[in-house]
Amino acid sequence: MFDSLTDRLGGILDRLKRRGALTEADVNEAMREVRRALIEADVALDVVRSFTDKVRTRAVGAEVIKSVTPGQMVVKIVNDELVAMLGSDAKAIDLDAAPPVPVLMVGLQGSGKTTSTAKIAKRLTERGNRKVLMASLDTRRPAAMEQLATLGTQVGVATLPIVAGQSAVQIARRAMEAARLGGYDVVMLDTAGRVTLDEALMAEVAEVKAATKPHEVLLVADSLTGQDAVNTAKAFDARVGLTGIVLTRADGDGRGGAALSMRAVTGKPIKLLGTGEKMDALEDFDPRRVAGRILGMGDVVSLVEKAVENLDAEKAMAAAERMRKGQFDLNDLRTQLDQMEKLGGLGGLMGMLPGVGKMKNQLAASGMNDGVLKRQKAIIDSMTKKERRNPKLLDASRRKRIAAGSGTKVEDVNRLMKMHRQMADMMKAMGAPGAKRGPMAGLASMFGLGGGGGMPSPEQLKQMAEKMPGGLPGGGMGGGLPPNFPGNMPGLPGGLPGLGTKPGGLPGLPGFPGKKK
Amino acid sequence: MTDMNDETTKARPGFWKRLTQGLTRTATGLSTGITDLFTKRKLDADTLEDLEDVLIRADLGMETAARIAAAVGKGRYDKTIEPAEVRALVAAEIEAVLKPVAQPLAFAGETKPFILLMVGVNGSGKTTTIGKLASTLKAQGKKVVLAAGDTFRAAAIEQLKVWAERTGASLVSRAPGADAAGVAFDGLQQARAEGADVLIIDTAGRLQNRVELMAELEKIVRVIKKQDPTAPHAVVLTLDATVGQNALQQVDAFKRVAGVTGLVMTKLDGTARGGILVAIAAKHGLPIHLIGVGEGIDDLQPFAARDFARAIVGLED
Repeated sequence: MFDSLTDRLGGILDRLKRRGALTEADVNEAMREVRRALIEADVALDVVRSFTDKVRTRAVGAEVIKSVTPGQMVVKIVNDELVAMLGSDAKAIDLDAAPPVPVLMVGLQGSGKTTSTAKIAKRLTERGNRKVLMASLDTRRPAAMEQLATLGTQVGVATLPIVAGQSAVQIARRAMEAARLGGYDVVMLDTAGRVTLDEALMAEVAEVKAATKPHEVLLVADSLTGQDAVNTAKAFDARVGLTGIVLTRADGDGRGGAALSMRAVTGKPIKLLGTGEKMDALEDFDPRRVAGRILGMGDVVSLVEKAVENLDAEKAMAAAERMRKGQFDLNDLRTQLDQMEKLGGLGGLMGMLPGVGKMKNQLAASGMNDGVLKRQKAIIDSMTKKERRNPKLLDASRRKRIAAGSGTKVEDVNRLMKMHRQMADMMKAMGAPGAKRGPMAGLASMFGLGGGGGMPSPEQLKQMAEKMPGGLPGGGMGGGLPPNFPGNMPGLPGGLPGLGTKPGGLPGLPGFPGKKK
Repeated sequence: MTDMNDETTKARPGFWKRLTQGLTRTATGLSTGITDLFTKRKLDADTLEDLEDVLIRADLGMETAARIAAAVGKGRYDKTIEPAEVRALVAAEIEAVLKPVAQPLAFAGETKPFILLMVGVNGSGKTTTIGKLASTLKAQGKKVVLAAGDTFRAAAIEQLKVWAERTGASLVSRAPGADAAGVAFDGLQQARAEGADVLIIDTAGRLQNRVELMAELEKIVRVIKKQDPTAPHAVVLTLDATVGQNALQQVDAFKRVAGVTGLVMTKLDGTARGGILVAIAAKHGLPIHLIGVGEGIDDLQPFAARDFARAIVGLED
């Protein structure tokens, strides 16, 4: 749905190539696109305005480095400024006070307070070695207290016994008392969801704050929030004095502009991100990744991490070994197809790659969907063991039989075979000694393609992750990702069967317009 | 055909007050914006751009905001114009977009049980909306069965159980972690056995980009269809009023997977404006049935295009 900002700015600024410094007129034009990108990402309008003003000041007169286009230059400035504004220093939850340390959780209804409370409690217990007590002050929503109690059992954290009929303030006091007696280090106070306009409820939470003097007051907010993020953040901050923000549902495909809005209007750090339904799906806030998302540059880091989580290391290693020897057969291809599916199918993969939003739509339009994966697997499954090991056996009559057996057409079988052959060739080339090394080769080996040792080490991954998001942070643009990234990923085709088969583009996809730039 | 919304409106004279209360901030925000804009100005490019900004702030999104601003500017360029008039014009433009989609949630008379599937992302207000719906239906003398299809979130079943007790509906549930499609199946059996009028199936909240969770939803629909090929008779997507542009993707995905037939917007009693509905209406043309304006059992209101549009720009009725 969204073009990457680089592409858009490219259109405007490409004609300025090698003209030295950026003029005010150039920058103004570019800022219109930046503004549009930020608004589409749900950054609050006023924040957009102050942000573009800041970037404009920095960009006018900036020398364009020789090796980059003015578009890339502006994107770099935008990205740097965004990271700075989001807070370049990750701040953990501060528990540096006399125990029991109260932590107050506030937010709108349905923002994810209770789930986040349990996740944080789990983290403090397991990683921080703290004795944590959770208490639900939600006397309004049906079964809210039971929800926290159930989660407490799940994550192995104590919850305050439920006493019916108590007010929020009474429960809070009781929790603090119980924590003192029980020798707890931390008390997590989960409050009811409230609209900021509800005076009675806002007064209640203020009273809870006065009664317990929490060391941390965390606003739990949905990262899919639109323009209202500023109102919510301002209202809670004014009333209860926030110390930090927890953004939930960061695993959605929203672009998360709310993060920037809330950080900008409250000045309070974003401390944690909720990234899934499981109780350990809680991550430290990383401004670089969030900046990349807001700018529509995809989330390559997530892709890499997800790939690591899901891929079967042993299988990948075995496959890599075989490929290195040029023995990539159809069994291996089938494994690749399986792993593709595990990564969330084509859509899931593409969604995380920068700049492919539009391609995703074109893919859908061309009928290229996860059904294709299924059919390709069916074709392989319709072959004999011998055929799978030795694809050269497949003559016309065998192909006809396979097509009938898998409910496909001979053309489909041919297409698959062609794809397999190209992949095998490419892999042989990549596996050959002296093959190009670099971040992409690392990714290739992760997909079980590269020469080396199959899976990259955590250090390698970290390195990759740092290099990847747009190649923006750090020194210069040259060392990072090429601007035509999707087309230039020799490593990926193995993970994207059916999409592309030779390095440097996505050919082999009928009716599919080539890479865009 | 029974139309629950008409009855609700009649039974509640304070409706307008509730809606405007809910949208007060929206209204104040927008109308102040518009008044500031036009007090001493001619309708020129700058003014229209500012008007666009005001609409963006209400979450209408770039495209919709630009279109409405352009429509307001059309033929009136360079003319001096009263703020009140601009407000009325903007309201009329928004209303024109929303009018065709403002359709009540109709429970067809002959279909029995009428099967309603509730879907949405986490925390968007599915269970609460079901509770309110069950209460409205009960008040109309309908027999309602609730199926606790959210077997994932802790205490979601208990939450629905409380609503079932409050409204006197019967509840069908399985143990936490059970297959949601199985719960839907049980619910249908129970509804048939009881001769219930309406079966409402709750589902776990899911983000629309989670492939495995969407596949699970697809299965629920498949299982229901196997029992009754015409079902589910309504698939309602709940949208949180605070949601931004991502709502468009939510509608897309849930429509594709679960065949969403209509929308409910919840939590309009906050500061959020819910303007994304205008963009959704323009793009998808999906019916908008109801709005939630509070946590009370009666705080579910029919969606009325004119009221919504006028309240958004701060015009009294």
